[in-house]
Amino acid sequence: MHQRLTVNLVVNGETYERDVEPRILLSDFLRHDLGLTGTHVGCEHGVCGACTVLVEGEAVRSCLMFAVQVDGRQVTTVEGLAPNAEELHPLQEAFWESHGLQCGFCTPGILLSMVPFLESNPDPSEKEIREALSGNLCRCTGYQNIVDAVQRAAAGQAAGGATPEAADVADEPSRRDGGDEATAGEVPA
Amino acid sequence: MKPAPFEYKAPATTDEAVDLLAEHGWDAKLLAGGQSLVPAMNFRLAQPAVLLDLNRIDELAYIRTVDSAEETGSTGSNVAEGDGGGGAVGLRIGAMTRQAALERSAAIAAHSPLLAAALPYIGHPQIRNRGTIGGSIAHADPAAELPAIVVALDAELTIRNSEGERRVAAAEFFQGLFSTALGPNDLLIEVDIPALPAGTGWSFQEVARRHGDYALVGVAATVRLAGDVCEAARMVFLSVGGGPVIASNAEASLVGQPLDERRIGEAARLAASEDIDPVNDIHASVAYRRHLAEVLARRALHEAGARARSGAGA
Amino acid sequence: MTTRYFGEPIRRNEDPRLLRGEALFVDDVQLPGMLHVAFVRSDFAHGRVNSIDVSGALDVAGVVAAYTAGDLGDLWRPGPLLVPPPPTIERLTFNERTQVPLAKDKVRHVGEPLAVVLAESRYAAEDGVGRIFADIEPIDAVVDLESALAPGAPLVHDDLGTNLMAHVIQEKGDYAAVRDSADLLIARRLHYDRGTAAAMENRGVVADWEPRGRLLRVWDTTQAPIPLRNGLAAMFDLGQSEVQVIAPFIGGGFGPKIMMFYPEEVIVTWLALKLARPVKWIEDRRENFFATTQERGQIHDAEFAFDKDGRIVGVHDVFMHDAGAYAPYPLTVPINSSCTLLGPYRVLNYYTEFKAAFTNKPIVTPYRGAGRQHGVFVMERMLDLAARELQLDPVEIRRRNFLVPEEFPHHHEIIFQDFKPLIYDSGDYEPALDKAVEMIGYREFRAARAAARDGDGDGDEKRAADDPSADGRLRGIGVVAYVEGTGIGPYEGARVSIEPSGRVNLATGIGTQGQGHQTSFAQIVADQLGVHPSDVRVVTGDTREFGWGTGTFASRGAVVAGNACQTAAEAVRAKVLELAAEELEVAQDDLVLEGGKVFAKGAPQISIELGELAVKANPLRGAVRHGTEPGLEATSYFGPESGTTASGVHAMIVAVDPETFMVEIERYVVVHDCGRVINPLILEGQIVGGVAQGIGNAFYEQLVFDDQGQLLCPSFMDYLLPTATDVPRIETAHHETPSPLNPLGIKGAGEAGAIPVAALFAQALEDALGLEGFELLEIPLSPNRLFELVTAHRGGGQAGDGSARENHPANGDTPVPEKYPPNGDTP
Ligand SMILES: Cc1cc2nc3c(=O)[nH]c(=O)nc-3n(C[C@H](O)[C@H](O)[C@H](O)COP(=O)(O)OP(=O)(O)OC[C@H]3O[C@@H](n4cnc5c(N)ncnc54)[C@H](O)[C@@H]3O)c2cc1C
Ligand code: FES
Ligand code: FES
Repeated sequence: MHQRLTVNLVVNGETYERDVEPRILLSDFLRHDLGLTGTHVGCEHGVCGACTVLVEGEAVRSCLMFAVQVDGRQVTTVEGLAPNAEELHPLQEAFWESHGLQCGFCTPGILLSMVPFLESNPDPSEKEIREALSGNLCRCTGYQNIVDAVQRAAAGQAAGGATPEAADVADEPSRRDGGDEATAGEVPA
Repeated sequence: MKPAPFEYKAPATTDEAVDLLAEHGWDAKLLAGGQSLVPAMNFRLAQPAVLLDLNRIDELAYIRTVDSAEETGSTGSNVAEGDGGGGAVGLRIGAMTRQAALERSAAIAAHSPLLAAALPYIGHPQIRNRGTIGGSIAHADPAAELPAIVVALDAELTIRNSEGERRVAAAEFFQGLFSTALGPNDLLIEVDIPALPAGTGWSFQEVARRHGDYALVGVAATVRLAGDVCEAARMVFLSVGGGPVIASNAEASLVGQPLDERRIGEAARLAASEDIDPVNDIHASVAYRRHLAEVLARRALHEAGARARSGAGA
Repeated sequence: MTTRYFGEPIRRNEDPRLLRGEALFVDDVQLPGMLHVAFVRSDFAHGRVNSIDVSGALDVAGVVAAYTAGDLGDLWRPGPLLVPPPPTIERLTFNERTQVPLAKDKVRHVGEPLAVVLAESRYAAEDGVGRIFADIEPIDAVVDLESALAPGAPLVHDDLGTNLMAHVIQEKGDYAAVRDSADLLIARRLHYDRGTAAAMENRGVVADWEPRGRLLRVWDTTQAPIPLRNGLAAMFDLGQSEVQVIAPFIGGGFGPKIMMFYPEEVIVTWLALKLARPVKWIEDRRENFFATTQERGQIHDAEFAFDKDGRIVGVHDVFMHDAGAYAPYPLTVPINSSCTLLGPYRVLNYYTEFKAAFTNKPIVTPYRGAGRQHGVFVMERMLDLAARELQLDPVEIRRRNFLVPEEFPHHHEIIFQDFKPLIYDSGDYEPALDKAVEMIGYREFRAARAAARDGDGDGDEKRAADDPSADGRLRGIGVVAYVEGTGIGPYEGARVSIEPSGRVNLATGIGTQGQGHQTSFAQIVADQLGVHPSDVRVVTGDTREFGWGTGTFASRGAVVAGNACQTAAEAVRAKVLELAAEELEVAQDDLVLEGGKVFAKGAPQISIELGELAVKANPLRGAVRHGTEPGLEATSYFGPESGTTASGVHAMIVAVDPETFMVEIERYVVVHDCGRVINPLILEGQIVGGVAQGIGNAFYEQLVFDDQGQLLCPSFMDYLLPTATDVPRIETAHHETPSPLNPLGIKGAGEAGAIPVAALFAQALEDALGLEGFELLEIPLSPNRLFELVTAHRGGGQAGDGSARENHPANGDTPVPEKYPPNGDTP
């Protein structure tokens, strides 16, 4: 019988405990064990970005992590972005307005890549947005409307439209390292 | 594309990790950022029986500055940000430090601009959020940036196993396609990057198919000038051989000579024709790689030279 | 009637669910007791299957069963021929061979399924696959297209005695007769290779048999749910009403998802019925490179005859087409190539001939553009060469050859993929060309460069410094035109109904893979019924909701289903008005339908809600009058007489580093005519997305096979999809000539963006490099390939001919290093 381990974690503010085989990928764990199917899987080798989620506020490929690695950690998935059933997250809203999605398969991963990006770079240029997007493949849109959506969201943020929700999901301790501390590097998650 | 079963262990300390390695040896595989290992496991190209996850070892994630006047091997003294301005400052980086942490680090930007320049070429932000310096070096992909950078910077790598610790010069560490000085029981724990001597200019050049792709060809170069004369030169290529490739003939041709257009052109040609040993793959032929190597070498030497002259180097 | 929403850029109905991660995709279907399958696939492109031993798999924890072809009994039979060869083409040879559910005696391409493992999880199923031993004796593979048809080639299908899948000749006018009198003859060989659709969502099937309710439910990533239902019902001897196929949200289709039956669809359904347990198969990305159909190479030998003014006198084109191992969709792609080659131009004498060959590579079926790119490439490149020869501006030679509005409808006298003669319904090409030329700044670009070069027309070396922007890069400009036959039959249908709640429902048979049907169709219906599009609940792709139709392909969704929605909504509108007139005692002509109710013109207080009318139309007591139907509901079908012709002009400015051959697209302009536009936001998204795929095809994506038919790039590490940094901002403009062939005047737009990009790329790059006599006659290009072609050209080699291709890195003898080293990186 294969080893099984208990994973305790918080996803979108909710606590879960599950027994899993250590080989279960975080993407599969979220989708199939927790039923959070908004996280999509497009390649399982780290390239397409569809599976991107936030672990401790940082965008990572959930297909390149094992569920057991997030034991004790905080995870945010696309289901955790909107504040409630009526309102969307400002970035989601911007995607809707800008027609930033077609089939929508890549969208969750793109949203979760862009949330921390806009946090760290609230007023990005088009070039910076495109570079930040380059780790997420979209086969439908040609990216243009996605870029526009991110710009729209940034403009909204600047105009004071930034909602606390946006900060909530992304505002994990931003570990800017100084030069004088012993563990300037980020604590591995 | 699901990984084969394995037993999972997550040591909390370096000592624990080394003991586990000694216990499992060949059966075990170390998991750092997982950005190379997990894809290989998903493709079932890697099927380790035991996976030792290094991600709980907090003590392996750090960036420390060291006054390079001190002996190497002494414990790193912590230098306040920006303090290194006067003297040359080296860096000690724990193997589990994320590439993203390096990218954000003011210490790296200040004291190792060549390393800082190469970091954005590694994949994408999401990859660098997980990928570690140690993983990248241990993995030794010939197309990867960090192996070439640590060789170019004459870094020393600290390796630990249950017998003890040893230090290996980066140039000796890489031993061919995906192979290194690491034995089955070895853990890479630290990367020491000495300060570049004053007056050294640097450049990193890379051509990849798309933003964030592995390089078709890349080169890291440093030159130290005294007046117009080149006192020292270093040129390390990526993606043109079994690992980082030191262009020794080209380097030798530059030392003691004025760093002018003609010498740069000659060195670049020498590097492309004599020093490197590229292979065909579906993205680039041998001829194209040699051609790119020459073009990039020329650009790198120009830029490094300009930095050395303007004092914008180290 | 006032049309208020048709033509408006309203945001999409489907988006909130997608944005929240709440939309259902096939892999999201989770059923109790569900089993998972993985397939054992051939490692060889060509080989004889001696035996397969599945016993090892059965010992693996979690594995439930494993089967091979022998277990399938009667079910083992070749799949259906989806589109037979057009009976209307006279000079046609055709050899039918279609795919089988599991390979039995022979494997014909890498990745062909050999056995299936059923387990409690996909993880366990893959463990099982690893324990199955297939004894296969490799045979020389048929890989190269030309040698496939050479005598003595190994045979993909032994019993055929040839690798010829089809041979077709079509002719218009008399090329041979005009050839001799032409002023200029240009003959070239052109290579055009395409890639894989690589939708972000891989394919997937979930099947569930409920014996008590006698209902087989199949969730499938298909673009053709209704034909799939009909096929499965026939195959498993069930009534069509006992099978429900659901194509829920689909993560991109682009063509390959229209194919059926994929072996996995047969096997998964069979297993669900056999075990009476839900069964799921989700394709992984590696499988997608073998198991999902692709498009691939053609080699054209074209000869064009021109008069001295650059007018086309005649075209002679003979080409070979790579069909892959089986041909369920045999002629669609090459016939599209033949037909689309003609473009927006007047070609009175045309000889087109192709031979399609079976090869040991994955199956070829249409992928966005479906062979049209190949044809456009030939025409546009040959026009450029003629322009060069005759010292004409490339824009001018196109202008001279355009069909003019008086020539429509224009009869091309050859047969299109829908078996009907190729007739252009409408078009007006010159204004689009003018617009594109103006938008890209064509004249200014040329003038600036002429000024910069200032008489130095010879050397390319000096060009870098001479270039206006002086950043060391060379810039080039291109302009190309194309037409696209869209919106073909046979038909689609739609049902519109109003519920007592006032809610409007619309059901149609075609599925949606991101095209925004839930919005554009809602817009059409909303206009008729005076509601907001967001009040129209649209169901697509569920055979229980609507059971007639063919599928989403050939840019036909908006045209064919859109018009069915229109007529169904009109019928419901008529019912609404008739009933309201009765209830309100106001003449129909004096009624207004708006805001979810009907009211009297000028007297809005005399009104009735749609919901109330729905109640009245469906009384619980009393009788429905003879000759009328209950409810506010209507079903309608639309079958276009023939396809409509969309068209466009693309232009771009490209910058190339003359040393590294890295390329950047600096400007990209699209002027398109797809008739009347339902939703400009959605339309533009389709165009821009298409261009991005075209850019991938032109410069990034390539399926490279070695000489034994092994694909050398079966991952996204090596098969390069364009990213946000590779696709430029695309500027679009619209020139509208409504189609006379359908009530809404729409033409299809789904594929237009992708079709002319490669031709444009080659033209602009040639212009940028500015090398005397240098020709780019192949696609895809890459920095490496440009380097090789330019080097060969400078060394006096014949650029772009067959021999230059020998330099392809994949043909070198050095093994290809993989990003993922074998067995990980164990020293
Ligand atoms: C989409 C994508 C794009 C990428 N692009 C690039 C790129 O352009 N350039 C580039 O350089 N890389 C690229 N990478 C790889 C990435 O940089 C990896 O992070 C890196 O190569 C490996 O680091 P890791 O920490 O993820 O190591 P892992 O994947 O965890 O490990 C890699 C190997 O090193 C061993 N190892 C790890 N740590 C140690 C240690 N401390 N001691 C001994 N052995 C150890 C492991 O056992 C394993 O064999 C890309 C990856 C992806 C998914
Ligand atoms: S599924 Fe994780 S990156 Fe593609
Ligand atoms: S919207 Fe379909 S992949 Fe991005």
